[in-house]
Amino acid sequence: MELAFSAEELGFRDEVRAFIAENLPPSATANGGRWPHWSKDDIVTWQRILNKKGWAVPHWPEEHGGTNWSAVQRYIFLEELLLAPTPEPLSFNVNMVGPVLCAFGNEAQKDFFLPKLRNLDLWFCQGFSEPGAGSDLASLRTSAVPDGDDYIVNGQKIWTSMAHRADWIFALVRTDPNAPKRQMGISFLLIDMTSPGVTVRGIKTIDDAHHVNEVFFDNVRVPISNRIGEENKGWDYAKFLLGNERTGIARVGLSRERLNRAKRLAEKLPAFNGALADDPQFRRKCATIEMQLKSLEITVMRVLDRQRRRNDSTPDPATSVLKMRGAEIQQSTAELLADVAGPMVAPTDAVRAAYEGDFPTELEETLGIIPHYFNSRAATIYGGSNEIQRNIIAKAVLGL
Amino acid sequence: MDFELSNEQQLLKDSVDRLIADRYELRTRGKILESDAGWSREIWSTLADLGLLGLPFSNEDGGFGGGPVEQMIIQEAFGRGLLVEPYLATVILGGSAIALAASAERRAEILGGVAEGQRLLAFAHGERLSRYRLRQVETTARRVGGDGWVLDGEKTTVIHGGPADTLIVSARTSGGKDDEGGISLFVVPANTAGVTVRAYPTFDGMRGADITFASVALASDALLGEADEAYPVIEHVEQHGIAAVAAESVGLMQAALDMSVEYLKTRTQFGRPIGEFQVLQHRAADMYVAVEEARSIAIHAAMMVGEADPVARRQAMATAKAQIGVSAREVGQSGVQLHGGIGITEEYAIGHYFKRLSMIERQFGDVEHHMALLASLETPG
Ligand SMILES: Cc1cc2nc3c(=O)[nH]c(=O)nc-3n(C[C@H](O)[C@H](O)[C@H](O)COP(=O)(O)OP(=O)(O)OC[C@H]3O[C@@H](n4cnc5c(N)ncnc54)[C@H](O)[C@@H]3O)c2cc1C
Repeated sequence: MELAFSAEELGFRDEVRAFIAENLPPSATANGGRWPHWSKDDIVTWQRILNKKGWAVPHWPEEHGGTNWSAVQRYIFLEELLLAPTPEPLSFNVNMVGPVLCAFGNEAQKDFFLPKLRNLDLWFCQGFSEPGAGSDLASLRTSAVPDGDDYIVNGQKIWTSMAHRADWIFALVRTDPNAPKRQMGISFLLIDMTSPGVTVRGIKTIDDAHHVNEVFFDNVRVPISNRIGEENKGWDYAKFLLGNERTGIARVGLSRERLNRAKRLAEKLPAFNGALADDPQFRRKCATIEMQLKSLEITVMRVLDRQRRRNDSTPDPATSVLKMRGAEIQQSTAELLADVAGPMVAPTDAVRAAYEGDFPTELEETLGIIPHYFNSRAATIYGGSNEIQRNIIAKAVLGL
Repeated sequence: MDFELSNEQQLLKDSVDRLIADRYELRTRGKILESDAGWSREIWSTLADLGLLGLPFSNEDGGFGGGPVEQMIIQEAFGRGLLVEPYLATVILGGSAIALAASAERRAEILGGVAEGQRLLAFAHGERLSRYRLRQVETTARRVGGDGWVLDGEKTTVIHGGPADTLIVSARTSGGKDDEGGISLFVVPANTAGVTVRAYPTFDGMRGADITFASVALASDALLGEADEAYPVIEHVEQHGIAAVAAESVGLMQAALDMSVEYLKTRTQFGRPIGEFQVLQHRAADMYVAVEEARSIAIHAAMMVGEADPVARRQAMATAKAQIGVSAREVGQSGVQLHGGIGITEEYAIGHYFKRLSMIERQFGDVEHHMALLASLETPG
């Protein structure tokens, strides 16, 4: 065990930082502070810049574009992206379906999809949840019935993030309604969103934005060759994927970036006495979050390191710690930022129009804050709610 | 103390509750929000007809002499219905500023107009850099010649500043930007030359405005109360605001709790209603406790908002707003969490309650602000 960042690791961090500073396009830099953050174009452009550099998918196997970095390097890389902030590499592609393909896909699937996932030529979304199957995912009912070389898919997904931007969806579907256990009748399909019979309907959320959707499948033909792995084994691949998703939700850098913003803003604003930045209550809150982030940061590196050594596709229950605490700390930092800005958080984005082009730049920084806060409430709901993570820890780790 | 409502109070409660239930269903409210104004003149006239717009003002001022309990009853109903009409801005904030500081003649003129539903007021005090610090006022008013003032500066997130015909504006007339002394209040018709109002929707479905004053010439009678001595009035106006949002938030929280409990009973996962999971039962129980604490403190706020001793009043109102902030956060956040994904959608009611509660947390001082205030008192807490 070596308990400090080595000179090489720090050098690596500087290299990542310099790369970001030199290569992040100006429009992405400008949109970084806004809400909702980035345009599709910002995300795609940045992913391609990373891909060109060879940094698109550091954690994938080397033969598919991975970098063979240590857990610490992987961690440093991701956190520097979030801290800058740059657009986040599209989790659906790089953390979810990509690793599933690498582990369970056949050669043809790997050859076709992996390069396109890396370069974001294809944008994937995640079709797991259904109206009746949220926390109880295994009760999903969207069906896939074989017909010649195809499956015919019918049903509905909900909460599908970014489906309105997506080219493809990876979906869990029921292929054996009579399986002895519900988990045993599920398959993992890749579905082209332009297939006849796929309809996307947007859902507006309380942050006044469009992130999530309903996706309807009405007799959609999906080639059986688009199934990953074996029929009725989809649940295993989904569990593998969910473990990776949880790790991805930790997002230490995102919380740290918010904390930094809160501190910067606090310098300009008053507390009951003196500047808010000097207020003992405020400083204590910041210190509490710093403490939690430090613990989370090192836990992330430990889990990543174990993942690398285990070389095993069963999910690590410790990822539940990352998901739970990551989500809670994201909420605290969003809350802190909203508390700092105080009454200035009230205006919706429509305030810009009221200024008719005369919009004061210093208002820009308070504008995205409350939507962030509202949206942060979702963090303890998605990716397996925090109640579900506690259930997993109680059962899988503690044996209760 | 008597916690039982009198017959008249019960009648008032029934009539406001009916108004909200019949005329302010969430979908109707959605339509109101989408309209250009963002609030309904029709509802406003109904409030006038029911005597609610003049409720707190004295009979001489053209009002109905309602007391704090009556006020609490209607604010709670407004909370339950997520009412977006400019009641807080006009009746509570603007109205109490006039009631506390204006001459009898002016009170009758302005408050009479408010009671009839003819006049809309807004209280333009907060500034971009003042946050919750009431004494921080950088907008200035200079005396010119013997009989007039010139007003310069900017007020931000003035609630319902857009439709108001009359603005009550705080400005520094002497002292440093942070002094309690040296602040004055002015009554400024919104159409005065040099006044620019930029109105916009706020996240809780209300409307706000940023208002700039560029060399606004005011007659000497624009001054409200004594020059340089407005701080105690401003503080008291804010305290009226606190009492009002305390009661409103009780209505909001009770509704949020009710709909969450209902949801726990109807949503099934893992083959049973999610309300059977004990961890969710406990969360709902904690919400219930938070609502009861809020209800009690809202009663305390109603009792104390008219207290003559400024220190006792300050202590009570800070205590109230701090507790309201704590309860609002707990109930709003838990309500969303218990609903899962649909908790964060515009279509579903809980999110709207959460948003209004989140805004109330940040109106008239947050928990930290009032805790610091309480800790600074000679006998804290
Ligand atoms: C912003 C956002 C983005 C999302 N993106 C996607 C996406 O891209 N793709 C996708 O497939 N899904 C997505 N989801 C869906 C997400 O995974 C589900 O919302 C989540 O699984 C919870 O399901 P539910 O909303 O049906 O809530 P429910 O499962 O109905 O839960 C309601 C409440 O009950 C609690 N609960 C349920 N079961 C238990 C239990 N056994 N013990 C204790 N408490 C319990 C929950 O924790 C929650 O508090 C997204 C959700 C959100 C909010």
